[in-house]
Amino acid sequence: MPAVSKGDGMRGLAVFISDIRNCKSKEAEIKRINKELANIRSKFKGDKALDGYSKKKYVCKLLFIFLLGHDIDFGHMEAVNLLSSNKYTEKQIGYLFISVLVNSNSELIRLINNAIKNDLASRNPTFMCLALHCIANVGSREMGEAFAADIPRILVAGDSMDSVKQSAALCLLRLYKASPDLVPMGEWTARVVHLLNDQHMGVVTAAVSLITCLCKKNPDDFKTCISLAVSRLSRIVSSASTDLQDYTYYFVPAPWLSVKLLRLLQCYPPPEDAAVKGRLVESLETVLNKAQEPPKSKKVQHSNAKNAILFETISLIIHYDSEPNLLVRACNQLGQFLQHRETNLRYLALESMCTLASSEFSHEAVKTHIDTVINALKTERDVSVRQRAADLLYAMCDRSNAKQIVSEMLRYLETADYAIREEIVLKVAILAEKYAVDYSWYVDTILNLIRIAGDYVSEEVWYRVLQIVTNRDDVQGYAAKTVFEALQAPACHENMVKVGGYILGEFGNLIAGDPRSSPPVQFSLLHSKFHLCSVATRALLLSTYIKFINLFPETKATIQGVLRAGSQLRNADVELQQRAVEYLTLSSVASTDVLATVLEEMPPFPERESSILAKLKRKKGPGAASALDDGRRDASSSDINGAVEPTPSTVSTPSPSADLLGLRAAPPPAAAPAPASAGNLLVDVFSDGPAAQPSLGPTPEEAFLSELEPPAPESPMALLADPAPAADPGPEDIGPPVPEADELLNKFVCKNNGVLFENQLLQIGVKSEFRQNLGRMYLFYGNKTSVQFQNFLPTVVHPGDLQTQLAVQTKRVAAQVDGGAQVQQVLNIECLRDFLTPPLLSVRFRYGGAPQSLTLKLPVTINKFFQPTEMAAQDFFQRWKQLSLPLQEAQKIFKANHPMDAEVTKAKLLGFGSALLDNVDPNPENFVGAGIIQTKALQVGCLLRLEPNAQAQMYRLTLRTSKESVSRHLCELLAQQF
Amino acid sequence: MQFMLRFSTQGKLRLQKCHVPLSDKEKKKITRELVQMVLARKPKMRSFLEWRDLKIVYKIIHASVYFCCAIEDQDNELITLEIIHRYVELLDKYFVSVCELNIIFNFEKAYFILDEFLLGGEVQETSKKNVLKAIEQADLLQEPRHEYFNVPV
Repeated sequence: MPAVSKGDGMRGLAVFISDIRNCKSKEAEIKRINKELANIRSKFKGDKALDGYSKKKYVCKLLFIFLLGHDIDFGHMEAVNLLSSNKYTEKQIGYLFISVLVNSNSELIRLINNAIKNDLASRNPTFMCLALHCIANVGSREMGEAFAADIPRILVAGDSMDSVKQSAALCLLRLYKASPDLVPMGEWTARVVHLLNDQHMGVVTAAVSLITCLCKKNPDDFKTCISLAVSRLSRIVSSASTDLQDYTYYFVPAPWLSVKLLRLLQCYPPPEDAAVKGRLVESLETVLNKAQEPPKSKKVQHSNAKNAILFETISLIIHYDSEPNLLVRACNQLGQFLQHRETNLRYLALESMCTLASSEFSHEAVKTHIDTVINALKTERDVSVRQRAADLLYAMCDRSNAKQIVSEMLRYLETADYAIREEIVLKVAILAEKYAVDYSWYVDTILNLIRIAGDYVSEEVWYRVLQIVTNRDDVQGYAAKTVFEALQAPACHENMVKVGGYILGEFGNLIAGDPRSSPPVQFSLLHSKFHLCSVATRALLLSTYIKFINLFPETKATIQGVLRAGSQLRNADVELQQRAVEYLTLSSVASTDVLATVLEEMPPFPERESSILAKLKRKKGPGAASALDDGRRDASSSDINGAVEPTPSTVSTPSPSADLLGLRAAPPPAAAPAPASAGNLLVDVFSDGPAAQPSLGPTPEEAFLSELEPPAPESPMALLADPAPAADPGPEDIGPPVPEADELLNKFVCKNNGVLFENQLLQIGVKSEFRQNLGRMYLFYGNKTSVQFQNFLPTVVHPGDLQTQLAVQTKRVAAQVDGGAQVQQVLNIECLRDFLTPPLLSVRFRYGGAPQSLTLKLPVTINKFFQPTEMAAQDFFQRWKQLSLPLQEAQKIFKANHPMDAEVTKAKLLGFGSALLDNVDPNPENFVGAGIIQTKALQVGCLLRLEPNAQAQMYRLTLRTSKESVSRHLCELLAQQF
Repeated sequence: MQFMLRFSTQGKLRLQKCHVPLSDKEKKKITRELVQMVLARKPKMRSFLEWRDLKIVYKIIHASVYFCCAIEDQDNELITLEIIHRYVELLDKYFVSVCELNIIFNFEKAYFILDEFLLGGEVQETSKKNVLKAIEQADLLQEPRHEYFNVPV
């Protein structure tokens, strides 16, 4: 290396960079770098004190090496030394090194802070700016603690230079984003708002960003910014393109500032003051007018800057959603962009128009562009643009254009990219159902979906068609005829076999009069597919066969022959084997009457939110690919249960407490979770979510053994004879809960065991465990006196709708509890769907002749059925974004009632049931969790975020779930825990 | 804006600016991911894409260098494209000639100019004159400019 003298720049650095660039291979580069690192290390360690210039040069070399992608683990100290140099270039390189290489946890921060402090106090604007840039680049909490209080002062001080004010504003913004609690609000905020009036456009540009961020959290404190922002905006949009000199960008006056002002206004509702509002509307109209003027330049910079303002203006118009005239004009403007040659503009127009479609004022205007959008679906080269076109078609669909849109989407599906097929399928299925005038069109559409994209038709979709066909008798005959025809295709998708099998099993009789579809023909058509199908489908077909025996007695012998065949009766798959055995026995031992009752047509399904809609909500958003994977996984895990449907007609009177799961047999609490296929013959296939199945059921062996001594509890026949559970007292029989019931309940939200209640007479302890949607609870009643309790009667009561939401089965306990003794009661709990209020536990007994009665809230809250879900940051954000409807989010800001200890908080969140996800929230102080509430009828995905603010002793808790009531309820439950 | 990258068509990173707290490891991972993603884009595709919960806006300059910015959901894509353009203009004007080598050999200057234009992820000063004035004032505080330029001989 040539000797370097002081005067001529950093020649050593230039030589080094040249060397690196001349390296012929990666190995050579690494060799050169290692040589240099060794050299620098020896210089830094050497006895001779380095002068500032050499330090600067070596630090700069290290920086260069780091930027090449190599790790640097020394030199920080030398960089910190440079900060206190009085030579500007040395200081500057020191700051650069620190901005790039020191992350917020470094121990050096204290030394750095010292140097920054000196520069901030130096009154030299260049040095002050360097220091402010450094704070803004590092933005660590330590820096916040050291400077957050000083910077507002610098920002509003009368004698601060403009450039210092600009840097101070954005520096403060960065600190506020990182740790809002460190930035004290105060009289400076009013003066910051007035920076919107500043002479210097650069100061305004920087200040708007800060104000926009601050006003989101304190909208009322910054309200005065509305009129200031409106007048600033109005002055800019009405200025000639040369008025603003260097702030005009390619003939567009102050585009960055305009966009920022329009964003700021989107933090507020339309201005209340009529004059302000008038001025704003005028400005927005000016922007729309200018869009129609011929461009002042052919450069893309001109059109981008102009259109950036235009799109931001349209966002504001959509945000206000109150000016029909502006909304329609916005829509027409976007309509022009739909055919623009720039892909970027077409994409943004499609995206914006999707939001316009949901406004009542512009829905009709959006619809007029249907042909253009359909054309985009067919011709766009970029898949994401096509996807937006599909989104827009979905958004603009109503009864008047549903047939056209559905048929276009079906056509598109044939060639659609794999990544978006499932979403298109869901959309078509929803539109077809929502806007079906006649249900034969609906049935045709869904069958077409299966034909065109069978692999992408998730179970929600085909479950739904079965629900609708079952509930509407006007379409049953048509459905039977159509599936029969569809099944005649030489190669038909397995989903078609499932739908066909189910529909013919229920309604095959409606077409049996035609000799071309006589019972034997139907049977042999289905059976010809049997061997090609998966276990799940075969299981479903076996159920269809037993239904055939009932519908068509003439097929009985043939079908019994099939069931009896070794391939069924000794099938290696326990589910198939069990079905074959049970169905064969059922068909031979049951009388025609019993058979007719057991295999009666399915009763109508209760109406509820379309499961497909729920699924689409879960999927919505970009990058549906990973959601797609999830969908497939779910499908395979629940297929086996999913296919079991026809049998449950045995429980045609829906009784939530029927012993569907053998819970009343109370297997030992530690029973190992059974594989999903075992024993759960009687599962509601039509659960909303992919039914991950109960785990407390009998093991496969038990299920198998039980078959040897019929009627075993799991067999369908046993169920017929199963008596209704002993009647519980109605809510009117018991008193109101004790005053402290809620408080006692809160203690158990995050834990499962403990003392629920205690007074002089009685102590009630709880031990419980929950898995999936099932739970078992042990209640221990301890008599604290020396006298026997008599007529001791603890009962569980379901107030209101809870009966249909939660099934709790109790065993009676002995009516006498001796003095000092303890009795135990076992409760089996099944969560049927989401619920808000816990069941009540009423305890009545006589003590010394006096009647005692006590009502408590049983510690069963919806979060007990939480299943933690681990996920990567990317998945989390994707899901978070998907749940962005206002109602899906519940948020609470509240004061801490307990010391704010991160470990305790963690334990509580885990006890609450969600998984804790590390490395998701950029702020390590925050907690992020995810889980799924498992109920029998549906699953509710939940995401949560807890942001502690130690300084203010406050928390902010945000819950997002797919169900509004669940979000709110979980938020309330959890907020009381901290 | 959460971060900005500048890299060559060979995927060599020239500038990396991050406005959110991330560890070096995460930065490397993100950089690798984004560079691959952007290099795989074909012409005529739109210049934005979704990535995690962010939007990526990218642009190719002088047919040899990519700029890529990660912005938040509510940020404006078109104005971000022009942020890139304005920064390129600033570099071009400061280095007088449009020469990639100049920027490689004076990489630290690229950072200083960026800090004047964009701070903490927000546009600080859009006037070309004002930004360059700030940089040139700073240059006055050091060795004469022609000597400071590290162009190899």
